[in-house]
Amino acid sequence: MRVSILKIIIFSFVFFSLFVLWQGLKKNNNYDTKSLVGARISNFQFTEINNVNKSISEKDLKNNKFTLINFFASWCLPCRTEHKYLINLSKKKIKIIGINFKDKKKNANNFLKELGNPYNFVGKDSDGKASVLFGVYGIPESILVDNNLNIIKKIIGPIDQNQYNEILNLIK
Amino acid sequence: MKIKKIILIIYFSFFMSLNADENYRDVSEIYKNLRCLICQGQSIADSNSDFAVTIKLVVQDLISEKKTNDEIYSFLISKYGEWIVYQPSFSKNNFLLWTLPYAVLVLGGFIIFFIVRKNKHNRVN
Amino acid sequence: MLSNIGIGLVYSILALSFLTIYNAHLDLKIINTTVKKIIYKLSLFQITFTILSFFTLILGFINSDFSLVNVYENSHTTKPLFYKIAGTWGNHEGSLLLWVNILVLFSYLFLIFNHIHNKKFRLYTLIFQNILIIGFVIFLLFNSNPFNSLYPIPLEGLGLNPILQDPALAIHPPLLYVGFVGCSIYFSAALGSLLSGYNGKLFAKSIKVWVVTSWCFQTLGIIVGSIWAYYELGWGGFWFWDPVENASLLPWFAITALMHSLIVLEKRNVLYYWVIILCLLTFILSVTGTFLVRSGILNSVHTFASDPSRGIYILVFLSLMIFAALTIFFTKYKKETYDFNIKSKETFILANNWFMAFFLATVLIGMLYPIFLDVLSNIKISVGPPFFNIVIIPLVVPLLFLMAIGPKFGWIKSQKKIFYKILFLILGSVIINLFIFNFFGKYSFLSNLIFIASIFLILNSILDIKKFINNKIKLELSRIISHLGFGLLVFFIGINHQFSLEEDFNLKVGEIKKTNNYEINFESMRIKESKNYKAIVGNFKLTNLKNNLVEYLDPEIRIYSNPETLTYEAAIETKITSDLYLTMSNVSRSDYYNIKFQKKPFMIWIWISAIMIALGGFVQLTFKKNES
Repeated sequence: MRVSILKIIIFSFVFFSLFVLWQGLKKNNNYDTKSLVGARISNFQFTEINNVNKSISEKDLKNNKFTLINFFASWCLPCRTEHKYLINLSKKKIKIIGINFKDKKKNANNFLKELGNPYNFVGKDSDGKASVLFGVYGIPESILVDNNLNIIKKIIGPIDQNQYNEILNLIK
Repeated sequence: MKIKKIILIIYFSFFMSLNADENYRDVSEIYKNLRCLICQGQSIADSNSDFAVTIKLVVQDLISEKKTNDEIYSFLISKYGEWIVYQPSFSKNNFLLWTLPYAVLVLGGFIIFFIVRKNKHNRVN
Repeated sequence: MLSNIGIGLVYSILALSFLTIYNAHLDLKIINTTVKKIIYKLSLFQITFTILSFFTLILGFINSDFSLVNVYENSHTTKPLFYKIAGTWGNHEGSLLLWVNILVLFSYLFLIFNHIHNKKFRLYTLIFQNILIIGFVIFLLFNSNPFNSLYPIPLEGLGLNPILQDPALAIHPPLLYVGFVGCSIYFSAALGSLLSGYNGKLFAKSIKVWVVTSWCFQTLGIIVGSIWAYYELGWGGFWFWDPVENASLLPWFAITALMHSLIVLEKRNVLYYWVIILCLLTFILSVTGTFLVRSGILNSVHTFASDPSRGIYILVFLSLMIFAALTIFFTKYKKETYDFNIKSKETFILANNWFMAFFLATVLIGMLYPIFLDVLSNIKISVGPPFFNIVIIPLVVPLLFLMAIGPKFGWIKSQKKIFYKILFLILGSVIINLFIFNFFGKYSFLSNLIFIASIFLILNSILDIKKFINNKIKLELSRIISHLGFGLLVFFIGINHQFSLEEDFNLKVGEIKKTNNYEINFESMRIKESKNYKAIVGNFKLTNLKNNLVEYLDPEIRIYSNPETLTYEAAIETKITSDLYLTMSNVSRSDYYNIKFQKKPFMIWIWISAIMIALGGFVQLTFKKNES
């Protein structure tokens, strides 16, 4: 009898494990932080890239119904492809803050002159440390927050048509 | 006694070059426990990527602010998720992870104990 | 043309497997003691065709025959000849052909070297081994075929990843596969023994040499992989508890347990069903490891390029294997009575199995848990070196003690004299450890225990060598060497871990960095051009501030052309007492270079001790007549 119970336990356990492994094959094993939404962003302060006396902090975002914080750099190729969506968004009911990541002032200004400036404020993060406060690990990345400073959506990589539509839906 | 002398001599010649350096261990231990998010299975210590460089700077800042190792890990976990640390937390989710190996150990111990006890009386001379 | 030859040969292997199974099935019905001649012939043809198919692929690589997809994807005309050949098994499809070769080779060798054993047993073993061969050949033919052809034939290949172009990595797969795949034969033999009701002692005798052989090669394969990682990957470490490394460790624990249990089975004819379980488990673990590593389910630095269809196939094969093994085992299982003595060698061998089971379970759980958690609750966590180190290392301490004490006990009740000797040696170990602790640096309580335990094992082994030379004990040279190697390995890894120096900083050319112990001078930089790469070489002068000794190290940043890859070559100065390790990498958008400097005590001794462990096994193979 004891051996029969053991048999059943072992067989079920093996079957279960193989089933889980099979399901595991279907899962994507590249990690991303898209699911880290809902938390409040931490307190921050950025100085403007062209004016050290001007700065922005989280308090300034409380007045906006929605803010999109976009991390970009002049040397980042995908940042160019997403830029047109940012320009479009700047005309909607949403404030866009650009954080210039590990970049040089001159190059950033040229980048914006060439492709247009959708940002209400362009902050600088020359060593990239401040981006860690937002859980950013590559660029471009964009974070949509509401007036309570909660993260509604994280976009990893350049904004494409689908994500653009999603953002429009969320900020209605 | 002769063996002891030989061993002592070997030690003197071998171990002259050893020195323990406490200061730098802290930082590299933290780096080794952090996972590089954009690399295929490398730690922050081993990676040369942009992300690794940035994280190292942030960790150095946190250390100079006298934050403990746990505080540093909690901070990074809150930003990047649990995936970023190589040492899984001892939480509800990971309870089985930490306890199952020891359960196996205990189970094995019991099995051996019962086998040996059952045959205490069947000793072969 | 090579494509057709290759595929033809592989199909013939398949056909021969079916024929072998059919003929063996017929021969089983004939009650005598000799296996039919035709079966020997079929097996001989099979191994011949298998080796020929392997040579066909090698020829394709040597000739840079890009009509073969496999050669196109993994080779290049400018590659040195040695690496062209090694490229044959350095990719998924080619390595699978190597698997098949070893499966067939062991099938053949087991058949011809076991004349003295029971016919039914040998035939069943042959049948099961050929079922395994069929499974793998079908996988090869229909999913991962190295002989698939390409038209139009490209003029040049894609090349082999330069970090794989290394002598250690060239021999790493063949070594490891003799271990990994070699264990298939005693998987089949275990099933064969169950079905033929074979005697435990005789079964042990029949598989012993295969177990020891696969153990030796598995051990060497793992060591060579670590050596490659240390010299090539540029992080200065040699073990990362990475999924691929763990996959090779799982069967190793099982084979070690099996090897020890075989001693008991052979001598006292007990533990038969436990040995069977271990035989089945080892190959199951090999295939599980292969699944985890090649299916893409796990994220790792050294996975092969992954493909989900591979994963499904291997998983199906693995499931069939496990269910078949379980069914046959439970059908044939009979309750065994054990005839044990507590204070005897048997208990210690049981203890060895106990610890191996624990280590195996830990590594397996560590590998599988993130997968299970992700599938069941959609949470992603990482299980890395800290987990494995925290769980495993403390248990190494009692293991070391048991390894030292266990061999002292005989097969029958033992004397009290041993107790006092043990106490004396423990005292000696504690004293030596205190010496290190006092004069060289403080370390944790656990580290103290590790040092005491490893020194204890080392002292015991040295004394055993003395006894062996004086002919006082029976010839157990292989055990002494392997256990001594293990003790030394733990000891040197402990020292290496405690007393390593690491510095990470940025320098520009011409700058000097001063640390507590060293002055590192980035003297100059030059460009080096080689056959298939260009390199930026940094010339560094390192001065040891304690004794003013100077070393020159030249790390490189290499830019390979085919395929276009960037690698970082560490400059390593190996000395008897320590290694100096220097890597240089560029910092994007800056003139600075990131420099990592490490001083690693006793690295070379770590390799020597590890090889010593394997050496003990080889000694067993060569002098097996003398083992009592």
